[in-house]
Amino acid sequence: MVFTILSIVLPFIALAAGVFLNGKSADNPGGSSFAPGLALDLQGGTQIILTPTSTDGSEITPEAIDESINVIRQRIDSSGVAEAEIAAQGNNVVVGIPGEASQETIDLVSQPAQMRFRPVLTYDVGVPAAAPEPTDTGTEAPAEGDGEGATGEPSAEPSEESSPDTSPGGKARGQAVTAPRTTATDDEAATDEASQEPTQESSEAPATPAPTEATDPSDLAQITPELQEQFTNLDCTQPENLVGGGGDDPAAPLVTCSQDGSLKWILGPVEIDGTDLTTASSGLRVTAQGVTTNEWAVNLNFDSQGTTAFRQTTTRLSTLESPRNQFAIVLDGLVVSAPSVSTPIPNGQAEISGSFTRDSAAVLANQLSFGSLPIAFEVQSQEQISATLGSEQLRNGLIAGLIGLALVVVYSLFQYRSLGMLTVASLVWAGLITYVSIALLSWLMGYRLSLAGVAGLIVAIGFTADSFIVYFERIRDEMRDGRSLAYAVERGWRRARRTVLAAKSVNLISAVILYFLAVGGVQGFAFTLGLTTVIDVAVVFWFTHPAMQLIAKIPFFRDGHSWSGLSPERLRAAGVRYVGAGRVATQPAVATSESAEPEMAFAGAAATPTESRADASGRRMTIAERRAAERKAAAAAETPPGGQTSVDESQHADRGENEESR
Amino acid sequence: MAGMTFAQWGNDLYTGRRSYPVVAKRRTWFTIVAIFGLASVAVLGIKGLTLGIDFRGGSEFTVEGVTTTQQDAAVTAVQSAVPGEEPRVAVVGGSAVRVQTTQLDAQEVEDVSLALAEAYDVERADVATSFVGPTWGAGVSMRALWGVVVFVLAAAAFMAIYFRAWRMSVAAIVAMLSDLVISAGVYAAVGWEVTPSTIIGFLTILGFSLYDKMVVFDKVRENTQDVLSQTRSTYGERANLAVNQTLVRSINTSVVALLPVAGILFVGALWLGAGTLRDLSLSLFVGIAVGAASSIFLATPLDVLLRGKEPKIAQHTAAVLAERERVAAEGGHDAELAAAAAGTSQLIPGHHLGHGAQPRRKRAR
Repeated sequence: MVFTILSIVLPFIALAAGVFLNGKSADNPGGSSFAPGLALDLQGGTQIILTPTSTDGSEITPEAIDESINVIRQRIDSSGVAEAEIAAQGNNVVVGIPGEASQETIDLVSQPAQMRFRPVLTYDVGVPAAAPEPTDTGTEAPAEGDGEGATGEPSAEPSEESSPDTSPGGKARGQAVTAPRTTATDDEAATDEASQEPTQESSEAPATPAPTEATDPSDLAQITPELQEQFTNLDCTQPENLVGGGGDDPAAPLVTCSQDGSLKWILGPVEIDGTDLTTASSGLRVTAQGVTTNEWAVNLNFDSQGTTAFRQTTTRLSTLESPRNQFAIVLDGLVVSAPSVSTPIPNGQAEISGSFTRDSAAVLANQLSFGSLPIAFEVQSQEQISATLGSEQLRNGLIAGLIGLALVVVYSLFQYRSLGMLTVASLVWAGLITYVSIALLSWLMGYRLSLAGVAGLIVAIGFTADSFIVYFERIRDEMRDGRSLAYAVERGWRRARRTVLAAKSVNLISAVILYFLAVGGVQGFAFTLGLTTVIDVAVVFWFTHPAMQLIAKIPFFRDGHSWSGLSPERLRAAGVRYVGAGRVATQPAVATSESAEPEMAFAGAAATPTESRADASGRRMTIAERRAAERKAAAAAETPPGGQTSVDESQHADRGENEESR
Repeated sequence: MAGMTFAQWGNDLYTGRRSYPVVAKRRTWFTIVAIFGLASVAVLGIKGLTLGIDFRGGSEFTVEGVTTTQQDAAVTAVQSAVPGEEPRVAVVGGSAVRVQTTQLDAQEVEDVSLALAEAYDVERADVATSFVGPTWGAGVSMRALWGVVVFVLAAAAFMAIYFRAWRMSVAAIVAMLSDLVISAGVYAAVGWEVTPSTIIGFLTILGFSLYDKMVVFDKVRENTQDVLSQTRSTYGERANLAVNQTLVRSINTSVVALLPVAGILFVGALWLGAGTLRDLSLSLFVGIAVGAASSIFLATPLDVLLRGKEPKIAQHTAAVLAERERVAAEGGHDAELAAAAAGTSQLIPGHHLGHGAQPRRKRAR
């Protein structure tokens, strides 16, 4: 019973605390509330119309739009179970987001970043340093940046290693990503050596501000005095230096800051463009032996161009000294991460590991995969939109559902008499926990209840009630076998538990698989299904069964009152029953129309139809008389139903069929 | 069942005093399912499912500068121009109404625009029309389909391992697929538009169907656990007893699951007029009813048919029948015959089974 109380009280306390500490209000749409958040179809939300613009001057194809819709959907899904609506409208993309859309969310959908990989020439702490030359002493290595050889700060050591096993886990769910601001309008990157870009612009091109002839993108000769001065004066603690934005020349070295402003960098020309990245995902790191470790990592997959370029880059970088063996992942001109390279990576599959948390790995993977899209979006309009489903319709639907629920209550009381009260109490209990959980999850995970979700909850009534029905029927079965209530509860529970767990496992399997494989509405459905399944099992184990055990001790039920739903008259076959120790118990026949004839105890279907051991006068028949009666009845059974006068009239015609099988 | 309570009826089903020959009549059920299944396939093939705006895209009308944002006016206007259309109406930004319909031809677009302009008392020029793409594109469908395939395979593997019989899992999956086909057929026959809610409904059916089969099969498993170590009854008889014993549960569960859905379908959709709820509740109603029925009438007989081919079980069934034949040929007492044929009944501890069940004396005397 402790679990019972905890299972409802704990989520409730958490929710109450959430409401108290981080209440939902107009200016805090992400806050907690006792009312669960509603999805777009029930509550309305924000409609954002986005116009795509190409970042590389190429034609925007419908395929590219579809691809970007997928990426936008992925980004929204990974920020919660929100069920956004995304559609192409002409050349535009229309995004519907439930509730108030924060600036963060709008950035999330509208700002595909421009991502490039550049070799690191040098770096320093993010303030205008007195140290005029590259140094790695005394750096306070930050979260995202790499502090190769720096202090023992926890996030400092992203190591890069070849890993053919990418993306072991499912989609990681991180918090909302704060994408950096971008205009991202400059032309496609060109690299100097990998020749993977159509524009074939090399670092030696006249446009390059680097006056010296650099032999490769890692050449320190690229650091001109001007660059060095710029680097020295750069103050990454100033917010304006952290705005980022495109416009950096891909062929020229770049002086910039880390995303969090803790480090500043001089980087070589772009070697690989983000569009060469096919996928980026986060998951637990898998070692070369295939053992999954406890460490979070981001897995990258390049296309063929990217693979070639990445091989050349990593081959060169792996031979260089620190910090030049690092390459920086630059998102909109700011360094997201700068892993070091220890071995060449030939197959285009890389893994960035380090001290990621589950969330930070997901955020990076998200930024990387979004950055590989050659399309930028402009927010054309952003408007409030009402629910597509009229509030009136929802109310009608709910009223109808409630009527159905009331019928369920009536039916279970009719079926199980007072035991039905336990069903109703368990359902109420499950409903309460579900409500609190949904309110809690809509606060913590951005879960939104859609119409499909409501329907899922209504169907869940059937699933949940079935657990109790299976349980009660098993108890009744045990009582029919002649067991006492207390014993029947124990044995029935053991059998019911197995059935319930097995059947719920199927539900849980479906929920988990659909949740991880599907998107959008199906994902929301899977989530609701999984949630109600877990709650259902919890309620049966921690509420219904303990309550049943208590009930079994109450005289009203124990002694089988006719309104208890467990009365022996209704559940036991009539006749004499051996109860052990040389004693027998007699179960009087039920007083119904057919009770005139005492029933045979084992009552096989194929038992001779009239096992009347007493004739009409009540005198016990002799064996010979009984045989005669049996034969007569058997003969009657062969004839059409009209001949079955001696057979219990209420029995079905198929009874005759059983007779034949004899 | 006159003069008899439901509990007593369940009682009789449990003991086997009353027994419906579900397994024995399997040809009948298979025929019925085949007829329904073929009819569904025919309806799906000829009529097909009408995909809604979410799948195919459609026309979108934006009425600017409206003074009233009542959504009903738009519904009435669209339906006056294109009868039978179920538009989705939303208010955008406070002074504009967005109306989405299925794809209309040029004439219909013009009609609807005029009707909308009239309904909201604005100029025709204030009604902008455009084509809107599907929110539930091919990508989403593929992901969902992929998820379902993986889930069904996983569930099949789980059942095969749990019951330690792959034939049982095959029977469950086949029955579940026929449920889906029949539900889809009924939906196509009614002719309502397929919306994302419908898809969710079908997924729910899939889940419920497998769940229900799992519960019924677990009872079969319980009854047939030690079937091979006795010679009283065959596998089929024990399975039939299981179906009869679980009949009360199946009826109770289906009623409890159907009542709320029926509430939404009949009260909500047909009487109160909650149009968008009806597609979901219809697919759920049909699916749950079909799913529960097929657990009894299709899945279990199919399981008996399939598992009857398992060498051990086939051998055992033959042995039991031969033994029964022998007893009958020797012309034992009626009671003996009764006991030998009582394979479909439940053994109840402590109950006397009649003299026929006592050890037999050699016939010589």
